[in-house]
Amino acid sequence: MSPNLFVVFTLTLSSLAYVMGKKKAFAFASKDKSVRPHSRPGYYGLLTALWCGIPALLIFAVWQSLSDTVLTNMVLGAIVGHGDHVDTAQLNLLVNDLRNLVAGNFFSGEVDPQLQVAASRYIAMERIGNLALAVVMFTCAMVGGAFIYSRIKPTMRARNHVEGVVKVFLIFCSAIAILTTVGIVLSVIFESYRFFQQVSVFDFLFGIKWSPQMAIRADQAGSSGSFGAIPVLAGTFMISGIAMAVAVPIGLMAAVYLSEYAGKRFRAIVKPLLEILAGVPTVVYGFFAALVVAPLIRNAGVTFGLSVSSESALAAGLVMGVMIIPFVSSLSDDVINAVPQSLRDGSYGLGATKSETITHVILPAALPGIVGSILLAASRAIGETMIVVMAAGLSANLTANPLQAVTTVTVQIVTLLVGDQEFDSPKTLAAFALGLLLFVITLILNVIALYVVRKYREEYE
Amino acid sequence: MEKQTPSTMDIVNRGLARRYRKEKRFKLFGLSAIVVSMLFLVFLFGSITANGWTAFRQAAIYLDITFDEQMLDVENMRNANYAKLIKTSMAELFPDVNGRSKTRQLNKLVSSGAAFELQDMVLKNPTLIGTTKRARLPADDEVDMLLKGHISRDVPESERRISDDQIGWVDQLVESGRLELKFNTTFFTAGDSREPELSGIKGAIMGSMFTLLITLALSFPIGVSAAVYLEEFAPSNRWTDLIEVNINNLAAVPSIVFGLLGLAVFLNFFGLPRSAPLVGGLVLTLMTLPTIIIASRASLKSVPPSIREAALGVGASKMQAITHHVLPLAMPGMMTGTIIGMAQALGETAPLLMIGMVAFIVDVPGSMTDPATVLPVQIYLWADSPERAFVERTSAAIMVLLTFLIFMNGAAVFLRKKFERRW
Repeated sequence: MSPNLFVVFTLTLSSLAYVMGKKKAFAFASKDKSVRPHSRPGYYGLLTALWCGIPALLIFAVWQSLSDTVLTNMVLGAIVGHGDHVDTAQLNLLVNDLRNLVAGNFFSGEVDPQLQVAASRYIAMERIGNLALAVVMFTCAMVGGAFIYSRIKPTMRARNHVEGVVKVFLIFCSAIAILTTVGIVLSVIFESYRFFQQVSVFDFLFGIKWSPQMAIRADQAGSSGSFGAIPVLAGTFMISGIAMAVAVPIGLMAAVYLSEYAGKRFRAIVKPLLEILAGVPTVVYGFFAALVVAPLIRNAGVTFGLSVSSESALAAGLVMGVMIIPFVSSLSDDVINAVPQSLRDGSYGLGATKSETITHVILPAALPGIVGSILLAASRAIGETMIVVMAAGLSANLTANPLQAVTTVTVQIVTLLVGDQEFDSPKTLAAFALGLLLFVITLILNVIALYVVRKYREEYE
Repeated sequence: MEKQTPSTMDIVNRGLARRYRKEKRFKLFGLSAIVVSMLFLVFLFGSITANGWTAFRQAAIYLDITFDEQMLDVENMRNANYAKLIKTSMAELFPDVNGRSKTRQLNKLVSSGAAFELQDMVLKNPTLIGTTKRARLPADDEVDMLLKGHISRDVPESERRISDDQIGWVDQLVESGRLELKFNTTFFTAGDSREPELSGIKGAIMGSMFTLLITLALSFPIGVSAAVYLEEFAPSNRWTDLIEVNINNLAAVPSIVFGLLGLAVFLNFFGLPRSAPLVGGLVLTLMTLPTIIIASRASLKSVPPSIREAALGVGASKMQAITHHVLPLAMPGMMTGTIIGMAQALGETAPLLMIGMVAFIVDVPGSMTDPATVLPVQIYLWADSPERAFVERTSAAIMVLLTFLIFMNGAAVFLRKKFERRW
């Protein structure tokens, strides 16, 4: 009997409750015309269905999320015994073997008879648990449904109750945004805290050497692992800087042209085309940068007698810049359009040409908004992952030469976390420390940008 | 009157030509900014298409295979030596090829997956045994590249991966009509593979579909509910301010951070399976929620208050006014926002790398908890492969991905145009 069947069963029961509740409400409404029920019959049905379904489903959810841990602990407790200590690695191994046995996967090596017993106990207990769950869910559904069904009468405020439940659901949904942020902050901080127990914060923030390879055995030579984030950060800022140097002038000029010079038709065609640049998946840009742009730059470098790395910061930065153009242009476009027409008219009245009006009046007036859009674009560039993973390098060079390979925060997070992860080695945990750094940097940029844009909007509204 | 000091008009007129030139230059800058971005767009799509369109055709070899009874034991058809059948057939075609290394080179022209195709044929139709039949088998990827002209015949033999002898045999096969480019069905019906000629995108597309289904099933109801609460019910106090700032911020958090969240919370804390579309869908839900909420709120805001007031005036409760009148009117805008969010989710790669959807998976996933990759991750994996044949496959996969995205965005534009209402 699969537990998922319970859900289907509960839902069926709940729809049955809806029908019955509605029928009862109809009955008293049609029996006596002088009685005016408080709500429409459907609400009585809904309320019955909600009371029938929600408690049972909540119990189901709680059991599903806890059962595995509870059962494993109970079974293992019997094997290991309460007194003696077992180290975590061994315990994890035991748990793994147990899971495999329970799932019916065979594993190489002999099966410990004790473990075999434990596995069969686990299966037996799981069956008992499921049976108990079925009984509890069924009772809950019946009792809840019957309780409301017995209380259905014309004076019952069914609609208000139903709407109250719906409202709680709506509030819960809007709180998910908060929960997500809390989840991000907690998960990143928790793992980073474990990282900083092994590597000092000072070394991480101000160290100038990044080589996260750890020695696997104690007697291994070299690679002791050093976690100085400066070269990684420098690479990030260099690539983002190149991207901004491409995106800001092009994006800004495109926005100015579109909002001040272009005709209606031209604007209607070109604006969506520009937005396409933002809609292309970043992995496509990454492939393009690695396959087309990087060799192009390399060959150009060779003709000028320069040595260009095939994973140069320039290639990744250029392509990233193109990706960001629409972020700058569409936000700046909005901002420029929000500048009141009276300012333009005043300037024309004094005899200024269009370009003079733009550079001397409109752009200064729109400056806060433009700065905001540039900051948002910068945060986008710093957090961009796929382009740099595919087109930028892995080795952390501390260099100012854009023709050399550099690495970025996001590249390091990806390389540290793809593949085997050990959550007790600083190598894996370092990814979370970098993630924290990335989150904090982008958060600061975003908050400033959003504040500036908001403030600016209020000014002209 | 003496003309000693020039009048204001004179000063203005003197500078006029220069100022007009400047004006023209400025306008030209603006136009060229747009032209540059458009050119880049054309360049991007052009180079992807130029690289990728050849992948839709693939070299196939027609061989007369004798299904020898002695080699194919009826009792044990699964383990028979099918590769031997192909080798025999090739040897009959080229009787004058002798010596171990030459024979090996000859047999390398046929893909290593051809034996499995023969096995499938025999298992499906055991009556084949004892007959001779012309079978269409995949050629090796190097042959494929040679036919498509990606391997130049001019480079010295030591610098290409296909020898002069092999080129000679390929030419003979082409002349006799046994080797030609055919529509590449494998690309759409197979999962991933280490051999380019056997790899396809079906596994990735199914993975993407499962992931998007979960994302849609969760993010649309949650996003719309959150938007309804924030726009219609929420009192304006600190708490709702906080939620609002939060949502705007989440929309700008780098996607890879959501991957870290998924790794730490869904995988390590809740113990959900790695590489599963289920977890991918959850992570992408959290990522697309802000987009959907912001679009839905804008859509709700555009419904005029008179609608709500009319409903309330005839005795509807607030909830009834919203569910019966406001929501249906705001629905097209919400759907547009959702489709755009889904398009974002479809193209997203970075957070999925964190939760292990980057593994090499041959099987086509059949459920939400099977290990899977998605289309963008498949592109990333293929882009890392050294074989030349994977370059065109990567580009072809990108073309498929872009086609999906264009359709989705087209649907969003269509919805907006069709149901857009000015009050």
